[in-house]
Amino acid sequence: MDLKEKLVSSFMAFEDGLDLDHPVHEERSNAIKNFETKGFPTKKDEAWKYTSLKGLQKIDFSIFPKQETTLEYKDVKKYFLHDIDTYKIVFVDGVYSSYLSETTHDGVDVCLMSSAFSKPMFQQVIEVYFNKAASKDESLTSLNTAFSKEGAYIYIPKNKMPKKPIQILHLATGNEAALMLQPRNLIVAEDNAEVQIIERHQSLTGNEVFTNSVTEIFAGKDAIVDYYKVQNDAPTASLVDNTYISQKDKSVVRVHTFSLGGKLIRNNLNFYQNGERIDSTLKGITILGDKQHVDHHTLVHHAQPNCESHQDYKGIFGDSSTGVFNGKIIVDKIAQKTDAFQQNNNILLSDRSTINSKPQLEIFADDVKCSHGCTIGQLDEEALFYLRSRGIPKKEAKALMMYAFANNVLESVRIPELKARINKIIAEKLGVRMGFDL
Amino acid sequence: MAYTEEELKKELETKEYEYGFYTDIESDTLPKGLNEDIVIAISKKKEEPEWMTEWRLEAFRAWKEMEEPEWANVTYEKPDFQNISYYSAPNKKPKYNSLDEVDPELLETFKKLGISVDEQKKLAGVAVDIVMDSVSVATTFKKTLAEKGIIFCSISEAIQEHPELVKKYLGTVVPKKDNFYAALNSAVFSDGSFCYIPKGVRCPMELSTYFRINQAGTGQFERTLVIAEEGSYVSYLEGCTAPMRDENQLHAAVVELIALDNAEIKYSTVQNWYPGNNEGKGGVFNFVTKRGLCEKNAKISWTQVETGSAVTWKYPSCVLKGDNSIGEFYSIAVTNNFQQADTGTKMIHLGKNTKSTIISKGISAGQSQNSYRGLVQVNSRAENARNFSQCDSLLMGNRCGAHTFPYIEAKNKTAQIEHEATTSKIGEDQIFYCNQRGIDTEKAIALIVNGFSKEVLNKLPMEFAVEAQKLLEISLEGSVG
Repeated sequence: MDLKEKLVSSFMAFEDGLDLDHPVHEERSNAIKNFETKGFPTKKDEAWKYTSLKGLQKIDFSIFPKQETTLEYKDVKKYFLHDIDTYKIVFVDGVYSSYLSETTHDGVDVCLMSSAFSKPMFQQVIEVYFNKAASKDESLTSLNTAFSKEGAYIYIPKNKMPKKPIQILHLATGNEAALMLQPRNLIVAEDNAEVQIIERHQSLTGNEVFTNSVTEIFAGKDAIVDYYKVQNDAPTASLVDNTYISQKDKSVVRVHTFSLGGKLIRNNLNFYQNGERIDSTLKGITILGDKQHVDHHTLVHHAQPNCESHQDYKGIFGDSSTGVFNGKIIVDKIAQKTDAFQQNNNILLSDRSTINSKPQLEIFADDVKCSHGCTIGQLDEEALFYLRSRGIPKKEAKALMMYAFANNVLESVRIPELKARINKIIAEKLGVRMGFDL
Repeated sequence: MAYTEEELKKELETKEYEYGFYTDIESDTLPKGLNEDIVIAISKKKEEPEWMTEWRLEAFRAWKEMEEPEWANVTYEKPDFQNISYYSAPNKKPKYNSLDEVDPELLETFKKLGISVDEQKKLAGVAVDIVMDSVSVATTFKKTLAEKGIIFCSISEAIQEHPELVKKYLGTVVPKKDNFYAALNSAVFSDGSFCYIPKGVRCPMELSTYFRINQAGTGQFERTLVIAEEGSYVSYLEGCTAPMRDENQLHAAVVELIALDNAEIKYSTVQNWYPGNNEGKGGVFNFVTKRGLCEKNAKISWTQVETGSAVTWKYPSCVLKGDNSIGEFYSIAVTNNFQQADTGTKMIHLGKNTKSTIISKGISAGQSQNSYRGLVQVNSRAENARNFSQCDSLLMGNRCGAHTFPYIEAKNKTAQIEHEATTSKIGEDQIFYCNQRGIDTEKAIALIVNGFSKEVLNKLPMEFAVEAQKLLEISLEGSVG
């Protein structure tokens, strides 16, 4: 039985454990129908031209983990950003771990989707926001919607700000030979609210994991949302991350994606600007080796006047790795005075590595400032020579230059500890010790 | 009175197609529709050898299996391929040695276009192989060319007289099964130009063909084959205008360029076919496959000024097969009213140290849609490949659209690829700056549009620059000059 059939047929079993009268359930039924019709995307789809899910579909993933596993904090501590105090929402094999988590209802709600679905006090928020930004057409998003049950639920009311950043951590223990996870997150920042979130997926063993995640983010007027995605997973872990962001007037949403490891990563990052004077920032650093594959697919839809968007993706590709960047900017007729900027710079380190880039503009308004730039190249030999002539060994000199290359993206990270952590991971990737922090 | 952008827009909308007229020349037309018999009939009419008939039939059979592509960013009513006449040739097939013998009506046609053979002969020293509804009816300067060993004739003549060359090269760059329109063209092409430059010869003049679609309801399927032998050079010009017609006319041409070691081909196009009226009715469908192959140290340069056609679907490409070969693409695409253009280039880097440059300027006005679609591909053995691409769009009014779809694929670490794109309108501050220097708004807009397209206009051969300027005027008069 292939994965699609398996998923469709297990939907019935999934329904058994749910409240079928819940308004959300209709969304689930519609979504599974859409997935059944469309199936997994193939390379024939323009949006999936460079990324194939064929290999994944051959693996016999278990869709519901059979047993619950408890983990000791000391064993998984290194995956947390542990040097600062944070709220934590932790899932082990898709199941919430209260032992490792720290949630709150003190002024803001930092808790679980499962309780948001079941408790009446959250019902209104669910009705207003759930599945409102996510695509009802895209088949993998539909698949996630169909199986939406668990994930992070973060609700920040008007003029509030949580005391500390929030970490969302998904751990896979490897109890199953192959596990498929489908977390569903909902993040709502009401008018003038502010929140910082760090998300990480981590597989603890060499067993296959396939995560198909959907996150919806709603930013009210003047709200500020910072979202950091740390993707430094095991070489057998695959991730399809679908993020849908709906912004209102004068809100600021910044999403940073650090793709540093994993077998196959596909990021679908979609910004919808539903107000004026909005600022959207999309930044990413990708450093890959082995046979890893990362596909960044971004969309910024400028639907209202006077908005800005800034995109900056840097990629360094070694060994037989493959990088894909497909950035799309749409400017509607009425979205005059839009300022949209998109940049994608890549360095290829090996003859076997590949980069496919497709920066795309679709513009219908005339009074706009839209530009994009894309480069593919290698480290400047002269700069390298300069550094080496100053007594810096070749390896360090190269690393230094790669740091400098990626630094633009790190500059806007607003949690210093996270910045330090990313720096450390990058240094590890490059195999050097840096005597300084950037 | 100050000239505003609003007024400019109004003027653009009401601007009629200046070159819309119809020359009444008796034509010999095949019945409408397409099947194997028609393909054989075309081949027979042209008195082609058997291998050519077979070649056409193979292409036709492949075409039957193919589907019309839909990926381009254009919408149009698909042509009914069974409602087109696939062959039409002017009845009188004259062969002249001097212009005096040419049908006066035909001369009148070119006079109206401002490109009379006469004038060109005198002023530019251009040999013109005029293609009037698919069959070449006048060739000049043939003798001069023949002295150098250059063959410049219609492709049907080449099939008769130089079958070994045609056989060797036809379909090598654009295979007959390459795509839907290329297959259709391979099956039914009625005529076109053939050019062969022998080893080490530098073609002393610019070669040019003017295309016109004349007979109503006739699809024009041109086939061009240019072969530049080792170390040779040729500059080839192609320009087109079509009479005003209400029903859509289909044009599916195939152009193949072959530049052998150290050869250079410069191919320039000015296209100004009827774009339809200001309600988007009528106009020419331009679905063209153009591709060039570069061997070692060879260079192919495409320059195009696209102002006409209701729907354009055109990607002049370079296959950089030989080491150190160079591909260039310079393009201005102007769309107005309801015109749609999806145009760009493909640069396929296969050899070492290959270089390519892409400069694309899109100007959209009215309710038109202008897309740039390009591919830069560096294969794993293409060491030190270098590409620079720049795509700029200028929007006039907020009812038009500008799109860019660049595909960049690199498989070699030594590749250096840069891509830039910008979209803007004519800045108010730019106009203000000109105004306060005493330049009125109309002139200012002209200056800015000229400056915007200059990089590409400069690449056109001198003889063609005047024509290009003229064609730009038609689409954007009031803003140029």
